[in-house]
Amino acid sequence: MSVRRAEFLAGLRDEFPLLVGVFPFGMIYGLLALQAGLSPAAAQGMSSIVFAGSAQFITAQLVHEAAPSLVIILTIGIVNLRHMLYSASLAPHLRELPTKWKVLLSYLLTDEAYAVVVTRYEGGGTRGAAQWYFLGAGLALWTTWQISTAAGILLGASVPADWPLDFALPVTFIAIVVPALRDRPALAASLSAGIVALLVFGLPFKLGLIAAALVGIAVGTLLEKRP
Amino acid sequence: MSIWLVMLAGGLLTFGMRYSLIFLFGRMRVPGLLQRSLRFVPPAVLSAIVLPDLLLHAGSPNLTFQNERMLAGAIAILAAWRTRNMLVTIAIGMAALLLLRWVG
Repeated sequence: MSVRRAEFLAGLRDEFPLLVGVFPFGMIYGLLALQAGLSPAAAQGMSSIVFAGSAQFITAQLVHEAAPSLVIILTIGIVNLRHMLYSASLAPHLRELPTKWKVLLSYLLTDEAYAVVVTRYEGGGTRGAAQWYFLGAGLALWTTWQISTAAGILLGASVPADWPLDFALPVTFIAIVVPALRDRPALAASLSAGIVALLVFGLPFKLGLIAAALVGIAVGTLLEKRP
Repeated sequence: MSIWLVMLAGGLLTFGMRYSLIFLFGRMRVPGLLQRSLRFVPPAVLSAIVLPDLLLHAGSPNLTFQNERMLAGAIAILAAWRTRNMLVTIAIGMAALLLLRWVG
């Protein structure tokens, strides 16, 4: 077996445990995107064009609430800002690669791919065909995300119309946020953002969402002890 | 603007951020303050979406026991806090809403 193939398969294998959690997440996204009013083609398209779970859920919700396009795009930007951090973290390991590899791997750089790849690279495994490891992990996630989205869309077509499925979106957000509130700064960020969002809900263009998110981020950052 | 244009812009923005420092490596560093603030982005944005969704009805607060979404949301928060499991939380939250509607 060639080194490239071995690296690719190792990436696939290491990504696998995360896929078990990603599959139902993708199905829920597909189901909810339809409920939010997206066409099946748009729901599926977003999974390959944006390819970022939480941003896709939020986009579906904002489309449902008829938020202006610019606010949706700005929110996607804020939610996905963390990817710059991943980009910075992996950059030294990828600097020798040709541009087409950098572009391809950047497209595949999700939370789940980063978690697996950075563990391997920080462990010193970046010589030789290490980009194939990233490709294996990234493609495993990408394929799972597309298939699970499609499964959710197919399932969505058979759900009775009077089920309150629009409630599944806020419940999904609760399921994502609450377990992550492990310390005071995170809890304060969450509460302050939520309260500000209530207070400024009347602002036009859903700008209250952006304002509330920025207040929450500032509160969390200020409360955190300096390292 | 059509949903496809919004997705395309959002997708390009996301790709741009993923590619940014891989492309720029060696030319700049992420400021420490920005780096520390990033972990607060998900709780802040998601809470700013969820709380109004649960507590407001057509733009004005509804904090009474008639507000089934608020009650089911509170149950879901409790479930998420206790189980830390996404699928279990969603199932309990949805079941709570259906039950509250059925009762009320």
